[in-house]
Amino acid sequence: MGAARINEAGLRRDERLERLKLFGLSSPAILLILVILVIPVGWLFYVSFIGADGRFSLENYERMLKRKSYARIFRTTFEVSFLTTGLCILIGYPLAYFISQLPNRLANLCLITVLLPFWTSLLVRTYAWLVLLQKQGLVNDWAIALGLWEEPLKMVHNMTGNLIGMVHIMLPFLILPVYGAMRAISRDYMKAASNLGAGPVRAFWTVFFPLTLPGLFAGSLMVFILCLGFFVTPAVLGGGKVIMVSMQIVSNIELFVNWGAASALGVVLLVMTFAILWLASRFLRLEQMTGGGGH
Amino acid sequence: MLRWLTAPATETQVTHGQRLWLYVFAVIVMVLLVVPTLIVVPMSFSDSQYLEFPPEVWSTRWYQHYFGSAEWMLATRTSFKVAFLTMIVATPVGVLAAYGLHASRIRFVRAAFVLMITPMMVPLVLVAIGAFYAYVQLKILYTITGLVLAHTVLALPLVVIVTGAALKGYDMAQEEAARSLGAPRWKAFLTVTLPQIRFAVITGALLAFLTSFDEVVVAMFISGGDNPTLTRNMFNALRDQIDPTIASISTIMVLVTTVMMLLAQLFGQKK
Repeated sequence: MGAARINEAGLRRDERLERLKLFGLSSPAILLILVILVIPVGWLFYVSFIGADGRFSLENYERMLKRKSYARIFRTTFEVSFLTTGLCILIGYPLAYFISQLPNRLANLCLITVLLPFWTSLLVRTYAWLVLLQKQGLVNDWAIALGLWEEPLKMVHNMTGNLIGMVHIMLPFLILPVYGAMRAISRDYMKAASNLGAGPVRAFWTVFFPLTLPGLFAGSLMVFILCLGFFVTPAVLGGGKVIMVSMQIVSNIELFVNWGAASALGVVLLVMTFAILWLASRFLRLEQMTGGGGH
Repeated sequence: MLRWLTAPATETQVTHGQRLWLYVFAVIVMVLLVVPTLIVVPMSFSDSQYLEFPPEVWSTRWYQHYFGSAEWMLATRTSFKVAFLTMIVATPVGVLAAYGLHASRIRFVRAAFVLMITPMMVPLVLVAIGAFYAYVQLKILYTITGLVLAHTVLALPLVVIVTGAALKGYDMAQEEAARSLGAPRWKAFLTVTLPQIRFAVITGALLAFLTSFDEVVVAMFISGGDNPTLTRNMFNALRDQIDPTIASISTIMVLVTTVMMLLAQLFGQKK
């Protein structure tokens, strides 16, 4: 009896040790992330509370509250993020629906049109829009040739150009999780709804749409969060007229070498991002979100 | 055609004709998703400063300019070197981490997973200035080592997610069988588990390569000097004016992406 109990305890201890050892396999990755990402970002957090005189101060945060230019930057950031997310939903949801209804082989073919831009460098895609939308660009040339408008329109280096580029870049992040959710819905549900007397519109909104909500939510969240911290596309297509938080951080460092100001902005951006993620994680599993973005 | 239009398309008896708008809309969106990237390819062979389409005079002028420029060649070499090394580092580190998290099942696993995917969630600008500061202290600013380490951190979440998903669909009992037959754990992993998750590992590796190759914001801060990346130089060139040379470089980058994507498809479908 006694020996068996000791044995059992020993086994349990062995198993614990074994599990810890296995966990240790992830230590190189954890170490890298800590040294390259977590500690430096932690340092930025610290710097944001240091004033110009080298002592603890809240001046970096006070500046953000006082200066109108900062309020404008935050407003622009949210405006761009909301508009991009909204447009992505309006454009991406119907497309995901269309592809999800196709037979497998055709669906995979259409999915390539979503995956190709997803895999292509974002800088290349931003550049492509810059070339297409400029005054002597293809869109203006063709629109004038077709008689849609007479004078070349200014579609780049402003909000319009920025939104076109950002929606193009974010669409796959929305479409992929929504498509995944749609594919998982059994066709029998719609058949059943129809049999029970629901018209197409009612069947769609009361049966199909609610089942796609987790995917839609995950995709929109991903898009929104990526938009909040976006830099490349607004910097190139916005032409200095669309100033988002990340761009202000960069110019605070490149132009003014003001680490305190840059860090404080960075901390606010990070806190906003994590607050949204945390709120969302109460309704949604984190894996669901990344699962959509990872394919 | 007429019969097709009136045939029911859905379980709720909506006909194809009734949702013609959806088909038109979807086709337009798909075209808009793909064309802007691909149209750069023919445009890059234009002789004109304004990159016409279709080009009135075809020429390889911008390619000659690219291949003849020592600066662009240096950046190209750096980008390929860093992307390749990132793939070499991130893949084993990420696979080990995914395996460790999957097999250990202890209490911190969830927290560790969240930490593992934070590089995807933290705004890139913050990663960039954080690394910039750290690298000044560590004296690895503008070095290949520094670039590879930072890009590895960015690529890790992808490798961990892709490999972790494959491990979830894999039956660990097979590895236990190998071990009960006397194979040490590492051998059981290499000869039994790894071959079965290899498609995910390869996909993860290719994603790691592309993550590094395409990355702009972090490279903007920590690459330069003797080791500028292609994307860093492209971004700086874009801020100044529309340099048609970028079109030829873009074409080459699209080519690299397409090759990677085809490789992934090729390996992924061999199941």
